[in-house]
Amino acid sequence: MPLLEVKDLKVRVEEREILHGLTLTVNEGEVHAIMGPNGSGKSTLSHVIAGKPGYEVTDGQILFKGEDLLEMAPEERAAKGVFLAFQYPVEIPGVATMNFLRTALNAQRKARGESEYSTPDFLKKVREVSKSLNIPQDMLKRGVNVGFSGGEKKRNEVLQMALFEPSLCILDEMDSGLDIDALRIAADGVNALRSPKRSMVVITHYQRLLNYIVPDVVHVMSRGKVVKTGNKELALELEASGYAQFEDAA
Amino acid sequence: MPAVQETVDRVRRIDVDQYRYGFETLIDSEKAPKGLSEDIVKFISGKKNEPAWMLEWRLEAYRRWLTMREPTWARVDYPRIDYQDIYYYAAPKPKKSVSSLDEIDPEILKTYEKLGIPLREVAVLEGVEPKPSESDPPARKIAVDAVFDSVSVATTFKAELKKAGVIFMPISEAIREHPELVQKYLGSVVPTSDNFYATLNSAVFSDGSFVYVPPGVRCPMELSTYFRINERNTGQFERTLIIADKGSYVSYLEGCTAPQRDENQLHAAVVELVALDDAEIKYSTVQNWYPGNSEGVGGIYNFVTKRGDCRGANSKISWTQVETGSAITWKYPSCILRGDNSRGEFYSIAISNGFQQVDSGTKMIHLGRNTTSRIISKGIAAGKSQNTYRGLVTAHRKATGARNFTACDSLLIGDKCGAHTVPYIEAKNSSATFEHEATTSKISEDVLFYCVQRGLSQEEAVGLVVNGFVKDVLQQLPMEFAVEAQKLISISLEGSVG
Repeated sequence: MPLLEVKDLKVRVEEREILHGLTLTVNEGEVHAIMGPNGSGKSTLSHVIAGKPGYEVTDGQILFKGEDLLEMAPEERAAKGVFLAFQYPVEIPGVATMNFLRTALNAQRKARGESEYSTPDFLKKVREVSKSLNIPQDMLKRGVNVGFSGGEKKRNEVLQMALFEPSLCILDEMDSGLDIDALRIAADGVNALRSPKRSMVVITHYQRLLNYIVPDVVHVMSRGKVVKTGNKELALELEASGYAQFEDAA
Repeated sequence: MPAVQETVDRVRRIDVDQYRYGFETLIDSEKAPKGLSEDIVKFISGKKNEPAWMLEWRLEAYRRWLTMREPTWARVDYPRIDYQDIYYYAAPKPKKSVSSLDEIDPEILKTYEKLGIPLREVAVLEGVEPKPSESDPPARKIAVDAVFDSVSVATTFKAELKKAGVIFMPISEAIREHPELVQKYLGSVVPTSDNFYATLNSAVFSDGSFVYVPPGVRCPMELSTYFRINERNTGQFERTLIIADKGSYVSYLEGCTAPQRDENQLHAAVVELVALDDAEIKYSTVQNWYPGNSEGVGGIYNFVTKRGDCRGANSKISWTQVETGSAITWKYPSCILRGDNSRGEFYSIAISNGFQQVDSGTKMIHLGRNTTSRIISKGIAAGKSQNTYRGLVTAHRKATGARNFTACDSLLIGDKCGAHTVPYIEAKNSSATFEHEATTSKISEDVLFYCVQRGLSQEEAVGLVVNGFVKDVLQQLPMEFAVEAQKLISISLEGSVG
């Protein structure tokens, strides 16, 4: 069953069209990789799905669980189960990570008509999840991402993914700024969250990340379109021959 | 639509309904005739049955005031105030002497109830001995002096404070009952000639709170004054005097609200604090006067002089303020660090939205040796408001080893507002160490998007970011006030984002 259907999506940023009719279907439980050179529109796609302001959708549709995603405010999308792991997670000084996690989780639960977590229940849940991800409690007391290393920031994203239990995770260039050890830790966290109920879209330049998070489907994007779709072998092929061969296809 | 654009649009639509204390209380009141003259000063003094020396003091201030001009150096802009078009005295119709709750106008009681000042506190009034069953102390007490327009209507827990030797009463009563203390300290920190507004206050102040904490006493509860302007066209001029004698401690809270009206109302208060050797005064304010409507019509002009004198060695005075209201704020709570090793602190959150104009900050005047001061100021500007921090730090010749640390941070929401930092630093002693840090930032769209992607609404996201921004200062407030202040901050910024 399709979880996410992007149909002939056209998107502009300040009068310039970035996506020129992109189509993509992600079924429940699948992990898709989207690869492509800089400027091919990968991050734009992730931002439009999550609802970042500043993008104008001129044509096409995005359905999530059959509902029109573009009609929803970004926070509604989050509550429905759309999660974007940021390439560059922001810092929020003075707001303890723990407080942020709780406020966000309860906001989502409230939006879904579920009861909010009490403090003890919440603490219990965070401890469990952070332990499984090897995140020290001390990190949760610090301001959101303030003074975090690149690896810690990405682990904090994975922690939120685990805590919010979204049905769609979009990982935007998760490997950027990570050394190989930090990458492995973050990828292990992501792999632990793979489930038949959860789909993932992994956006990356390099095949390297896909050694750790092995995709079911690989798409190649060029100039605002998906130009080729295949299995995980496609990623290896790209690594060997580069993106140039697709430049003309777009 | 980009978040910042949305922010700006929302701010444009700010509605006066946001101000939740804007109701009016319908009661009979007694007013002096409009305008200011020697006769009015005499009238006010007479109403209060003041001794001759007090009237003389007022008249001297009045004559002085006639020779003074309104200051114009602040970054605020407003039409000329006609000082003859203001009522200088308004009081709820007098009840001979109020000795129990039943004798206070029920409308006034309702007002304070609406404002969240619980009746439980008002229940124990001056002169009424608490019944034995009532004398069990509640978990945490705050003694309240409620000032309605020009007069103090109730002061709670007086008897209990008296047991500890603490004097907490309306200043009009203190003038009659403790003239020796009042004469010694009134005007000793803010002299009658100090500045235009303070001098005006000295001439016409009608009430306010008086606190004296005797040597070695730690005041057993928080003291609080709640100011409410109700009458039309009426200025409020209250005067607060707090004296912490040697080795004593007191924590004092001040809250203020007013109905929403189309006219501008003048509030020119004076607060004087005196800390003797080893004494400590902590003074917290949550200022929420009516800020005016979305067009910038109405609102309180808040021209206030607050100053503390660390007169004794090792004394300490700490100002904490959360400023969210007033159309115009002109206010610089200051510390004179006279005693050796004395310490002054200023923690401030100033929020402006709509058309509000804030020019606020502090003065730390280092006179004694090894005096230290700390200034943490957080300004948040939204809407079309202007928010200025103005601060003076000086070390005089004899202030060997003076130290100051200043951090001024400004946060802008939207692109129609302004934040300004105007520090003045003077050191006449080469051993002084002054540090100054200042930052200005905007709530970035990236931060807002990150928060909403995690399920927060725009409004919740701004609230969260702002609360993080002001955290250092909120922590300085007594706990009950911190919660109130946090709520107030989110209310003040309501409608500032989409």
